[in-house]
Amino acid sequence: MIKAENLTKRYGAVTAVNAVSFEVAPGEICGFLGPNGAGKTTTMRVLTGFIPPSQGRVEVAGLDVARDPLEVKKRVGYLPETTPLYGDMRVEEYLQFVGRIKGVARGGLTQAVGGVMEAARIADRRRSLIRTLSKGYRQRVGLAQALIGGPEVLILDEPTIGLDPTQIKDIRSLIKSLAGKRTVILSSHILSEVQLICSRVVIIKGGRLLASESIESLAAALGGHLSVSAKAPADQLGEALARLPGVKSVAARGPGAEPGAARFEIVPSDVSLARREIARFVVGRGWELVALTGGAASLEEAYLSLVGRADAHPEPEAPHA
Amino acid sequence: MRNLITLTGRELRAFFYSPIAYATGFIFAVITGVFFYAALSYYGMASYEMSRMAQFAGPRELSLGEYVLRPLFGNLSVVMLLMLPLLTMRLFSEERKAGSLELLFTWPLTDFQITLGKFLAVYLVFLLMLAVSALNIAILAWFAPPPWGVVACGYLGLALLGAAFLAMGLFMSTLTENQVIAAALSFGALLLFWVVGWLVPEQKDAFAAMVEYLSIFSHFERFSKGVVDTRDVVYYLSFAFLFLFLTLRSLEAAKYRG
Repeated sequence: MIKAENLTKRYGAVTAVNAVSFEVAPGEICGFLGPNGAGKTTTMRVLTGFIPPSQGRVEVAGLDVARDPLEVKKRVGYLPETTPLYGDMRVEEYLQFVGRIKGVARGGLTQAVGGVMEAARIADRRRSLIRTLSKGYRQRVGLAQALIGGPEVLILDEPTIGLDPTQIKDIRSLIKSLAGKRTVILSSHILSEVQLICSRVVIIKGGRLLASESIESLAAALGGHLSVSAKAPADQLGEALARLPGVKSVAARGPGAEPGAARFEIVPSDVSLARREIARFVVGRGWELVALTGGAASLEEAYLSLVGRADAHPEPEAPHA
Repeated sequence: MRNLITLTGRELRAFFYSPIAYATGFIFAVITGVFFYAALSYYGMASYEMSRMAQFAGPRELSLGEYVLRPLFGNLSVVMLLMLPLLTMRLFSEERKAGSLELLFTWPLTDFQITLGKFLAVYLVFLLMLAVSALNIAILAWFAPPPWGVVACGYLGLALLGAAFLAMGLFMSTLTENQVIAAALSFGALLLFWVVGWLVPEQKDAFAAMVEYLSIFSHFERFSKGVVDTRDVVYYLSFAFLFLFLTLRSLEAAKYRG
């Protein structure tokens, strides 16, 4: 549904996005991650046809964005990072205006506007001037604006920023409910949010692609970690653990929590296999298994190992118009 | 077409949501009235004096066109130069500053529709202002029928002049996100096109003819006298088209700058 090939965007001497390629299948919800200034917003702007790429090809819904911008724009709903709305219009009037622009038939306009207001939970403010709305409401009017006309592709630049916890939950479930029906790309700094909503992630840093795969395979590639604590002779246990299937490496961590226990950190090649084998082996030898913890790596661990810890602090991105 | 109407409608409403259209329209109406009053009272005085001293003044023709309409149209054209940049200054610069240009460009609209929608909206506001100024002519017609041909020509000239001014103002507003700078650029450029007419060299060669042709007000002279010359019509139309075209190029360039 969305395909970027060698996407490059230069602003003068600065290369904002450098030869990035990725694909998003129809119905997928894809998280777009990266530290501030990584090129996320630029990439999204190219996908929407707002700015042309310096090099490379972008395909949305089977159409070349550079060649058919108008047809692509008909199929894309976009929520920019700063949610720039017309403050002098009323919510309903604004959505009607956008609906007409997006080609919603005259007869279906009232229903379409009502539908997106319902979905974004802004129906109670339909008569308010947009400039008088709080940040959370404005954000949701922006989302309603992207949803109207039922576009096949949604590109959302930090859709939950500025919302309160209840609203965040609502918007997340709204986006999640689109899975399978629409193709969604959303950028976010909240990794737990991406893990919750998205089936795959694209991670970029400094304009370069670091990863583009499903969350499971990203986490599996990292392997996760296990921690074993058992009442057994440390040297025997360590030697045996290293030979078990699914275990990549073993490191001794000294005595365990209980007296007489030895603790080991394990980097598995296959988490669930290693966990099964370790439990069976320790119990089979008649040793007392004190603790076996850990598991597959979380998205956060995967992200941090890819991007580096220094960049991981979630900060609001500076608006760069 | 439907998109164009929708866009023009929104832009038109935006003018009346803000005080700009009301303030500009009000001041334009007042100044027009003052100029009209001045021209008319001068005409009254002249005709009174002529009736008393016909033998000294000789056979001079006292036409409404020459004494009232021509100075009125001349003055209106200068007032337009001062006021119209205030109407166009926000058209693109406000959207650039607010960032809403980004959304506008990601909706299924062509640059041409966006440009034309904004231009038509501001042009309709301007025509409304002209219509209000025509009230003066209506008052005049109450007392004496003015030469309607001259009135029609004058207003045609003003309408063409306005299209040229507004197209240039629209272009200037694509260059900056600061409305004051957009207005100042339009003033400056329009003034240049005006004063270039004073620099026409003495000897009448091809260069002098070119400079005279460039001058934006030299083309208005004939309209205010009640003469429609296709050269003048072509001048204003090509002026407007040139700046609408430059607006499109400027929007395109802005995308590459990002």
